Amino acid sequence: MKTAKTATQNACKLCNPLGACLAFRGIEKCVPFLHGSQGCATYIRRYLISHFKEPIDIASSNFNEDTAVFGGSHNLKLGLKNVTQQYRPEVIGLATTCLSETIGDDVDMILKEYVNLFENGEPLPNGEPLPVMIHASTPSYQGSHIDGFHAAMKATVAKLAEEGPKKNLLNIFPNMVSPADLRHMKEILKDFNIPFVLLPDYSETLDGGPWAEYHRIPKGGTPVSTIKETGMASGSIEFSSVLNTEKSPAGYLEKTFAVPRYQMPMPIGIKQSDAFFGLLEKLSEKPLPEKYEDERRRLVDAYADGHKYIFEKKAIVYGEEDLVVAMAAFLREIGIVPVLCASGGKSGLLKKRLQELIPDLDEAGIKVRDGVDFVDIEDEAKVLKPDLLIGNSKGYTMSRKHNIPFIRIGFPIHDRFGGQRQLHLGYRGTQELFDRIVNTVIAEKQSSSPIGYTYM
Amino acid sequence: MEKIGILEGREKQVYEKKGDSAAIDIKCETTSLSGSVSQRACVFCGSRVVLYPVADALHVVHGPIGCAAYTWDIRGAVSSGPELHRLSFSTDLKEMDVIYGGEKKLHQSLTELIAQYQPKAAFIYSTCIIGLIGDDIDAVCKKVSQETGIPVLPVHSEGFKGTKKDGYKAACDSLMKLVGTGSTEGIGKYSINILGEFNLAGEAWIIKKYYEEMGIEVVATMTGDGRVDDIRRSHGASLNIVQCSGSMVKLAKMMEEKYGIPYLRVSYFGIEDMSMALYDVAKHFSDNPAILDAAKKLVNREVSELYPRLQHFRQALEGKKAAIYVGGAFKAFSLIKALNSVGMSVVLAGSQTGNKDDYEGLKEMCEEGTVIVDDSNPVELSKFVLEKEADLLIGGVKERPIAYKLGIGFCDHNHERKIPLAGFVGMYNFILEVYNSVMSPVWQFAPRKGGLS
Ligand code: SF4
Ligand code: SF4
Repeated sequence: MKTAKTATQNACKLCNPLGACLAFRGIEKCVPFLHGSQGCATYIRRYLISHFKEPIDIASSNFNEDTAVFGGSHNLKLGLKNVTQQYRPEVIGLATTCLSETIGDDVDMILKEYVNLFENGEPLPNGEPLPVMIHASTPSYQGSHIDGFHAAMKATVAKLAEEGPKKNLLNIFPNMVSPADLRHMKEILKDFNIPFVLLPDYSETLDGGPWAEYHRIPKGGTPVSTIKETGMASGSIEFSSVLNTEKSPAGYLEKTFAVPRYQMPMPIGIKQSDAFFGLLEKLSEKPLPEKYEDERRRLVDAYADGHKYIFEKKAIVYGEEDLVVAMAAFLREIGIVPVLCASGGKSGLLKKRLQELIPDLDEAGIKVRDGVDFVDIEDEAKVLKPDLLIGNSKGYTMSRKHNIPFIRIGFPIHDRFGGQRQLHLGYRGTQELFDRIVNTVIAEKQSSSPIGYTYM
Repeated sequence: MEKIGILEGREKQVYEKKGDSAAIDIKCETTSLSGSVSQRACVFCGSRVVLYPVADALHVVHGPIGCAAYTWDIRGAVSSGPELHRLSFSTDLKEMDVIYGGEKKLHQSLTELIAQYQPKAAFIYSTCIIGLIGDDIDAVCKKVSQETGIPVLPVHSEGFKGTKKDGYKAACDSLMKLVGTGSTEGIGKYSINILGEFNLAGEAWIIKKYYEEMGIEVVATMTGDGRVDDIRRSHGASLNIVQCSGSMVKLAKMMEEKYGIPYLRVSYFGIEDMSMALYDVAKHFSDNPAILDAAKKLVNREVSELYPRLQHFRQALEGKKAAIYVGGAFKAFSLIKALNSVGMSVVLAGSQTGNKDDYEGLKEMCEEGTVIVDDSNPVELSKFVLEKEADLLIGGVKERPIAYKLGIGFCDHNHERKIPLAGFVGMYNFILEVYNSVMSPVWQFAPRKGGLS
């Protein structure tokens, strides 16, 4: 049977504004606002909620037919005013949808007009200063959720970062990782005693405690005052392999304020974690805290204890390109062959970056495919017959149909509990991943064995 | 606690029942206020919800990727056979398509997908952006239909062109193009179509079994566990039964007009409404008393089995308070009755898309102090839930984290539910769900009960 290829079937990506809304949730007192129709905001909320299991309020300018024809200026201004009144935000993170982009709304101009209204005497929406408005252009036909994520953070530093005398301060752009990963990053930097700005930081806003009343804006997030300082930092670490300078917040800071940019893959696996901790040692001029040495030691020990179960097992790994690069390198380092590295993203750099980290990529017969959907991945799976499937929840149907043991990582994880508390980064994150992988293989062996052994 | 106000421009969408105060005059059926965090979706969502369970049709979303990605297999509509509906197809428009138009891509996509999946029909949803760039999807559909020989049906569901309700209408328009295209041979006199039943967690099977037990032939369940061929011959049925939210009232009306098939509105939630849904049909076929007898027997059996099982819950739940925020207001009526039947009261009743009559009806049913609200948002919902000291919130996935954050029980009663809540057995499941959540000891740690916040 001929496979259809013009259409996208079961996309291995989400749309641009979703990433932007997620990133904006990591700024303190910020409300994400989508300029476009109601549906997009609702779907995106619904989607984020299923992963994070937290209320996620995203305002929308609620286009109607007139707005679509005559432009969104009026709606946007009214919307900003309303959301300011009801949420009292300090920041509004404004992302555009396909719709407002296509009708060509000049959002920057509308924002200027909006601000002018109040400068010309109109009473402020709640008597307080106007919130800072950050605008990210995020049409979905120009990229996927991960592009929106970076676009929002680039717009944020472009809007807020200030020039000034250099400080002993490190910017961390962690990419789209879990709240648990963000918490772990903060712990590491504190242990190194380095002042830092983590951007975004949704570790609390999207994984917080119970409430006595409704928090229109949950507490947590990176404060505006510290984002301002990103321009004076002594360096930026950015976990990304495929993000180009033009789209990167760290790239922006380097170009505009000469803040050195250290771009590196996500620290997953021993080698990449070593690189990350090594860089921290260098930048902080402090040795690795004992605690992490211990974590590393335990991890090396675990690698030894577990290696036989997984050696030369075949895995398919998919998701955002940066996650795939880091995961594949990690898998290779523990002896698993990531027979297919796949992503719905399309930076054009996926293969190149993988080759850099996995020198025997071609010899090991590792396939790399970008811009794919799940029907593509499934077609590959039928031929490759992997022992493991590693990626977000969207692979579940395939894993069930073809009986491939499945390990859920990244986003979204919406058919399991606790995706927001899953750790991926550093020695500790690697340890968690390693244990899960080994246990998945063992569980599979157990359940397919005629007796089911109970002792190893 | 900080006092939360209602947004300017929304005051008229909120009403509190006090004494025999002024007639209820809720502003509804308008688009959501700009800048509010409405819980509503869009026209496309409405269409997708209704047509989703047609399992042997191809569903292609024409637009950029998001609209399709977010609706990939998120509903609980199950199928007894083909499962084409659980896949997500999109033309995934790129910048060049937006500039030069997406018709070619749509044509190519459809041709390939139909060749690959051999569907019985195809539904093509047009999203916001299509409404803007002006692709002539009707023409493309017609062409592909001629080339492939299957019905290829445009669904005009551009998100911004109204509310979810308009999406229901667009879906009905598409379905109507299928109705009447099949042979009605062999359909008897005592026959019905079930409309607006989406087979969430197998609910259509429960309902269908009841009717069949009464000696009634079910020609098509539209659209739960839907099959294109059934829909094509559905005009051969004698009666349409329209469930709940009213999403398919328009189709029923069109079928009445064109084929003279009368329709009845029913609800399958709660003992009272479920029984009524069976009796009403039996009464319609009053020339055959055996049907009414069978209905009585059925109801009797089910209720006498169910009733004692509910008593245990009633003891626990008596006096507890519930807040309801659902899509269609019609469902709220059933929920209020169902909750009352185990001794619970309702302190908030709201919907995304109710009309004046719905709200009037709600006011009649509700007790003093109940808040009635149209197109609400998280800030308002949480305000009322706390002020009215609700023990339970009934809503959809977007409302769930609000309840849990505030330490309040929750029951999912929308399109994503995974347990059947319709029918007699559904009533049991529903109350069990309510009980499981409301009575859980975990709430003792909630800040509103004195726990740490
Ligand atoms: S683009 Fe339009 S159709 Fe798609 S989700 Fe948004 S509002 Fe709905
Ligand atoms: S792809 Fe565009 S139009 Fe569709 S949901 Fe995303 S932003 Fe909205």
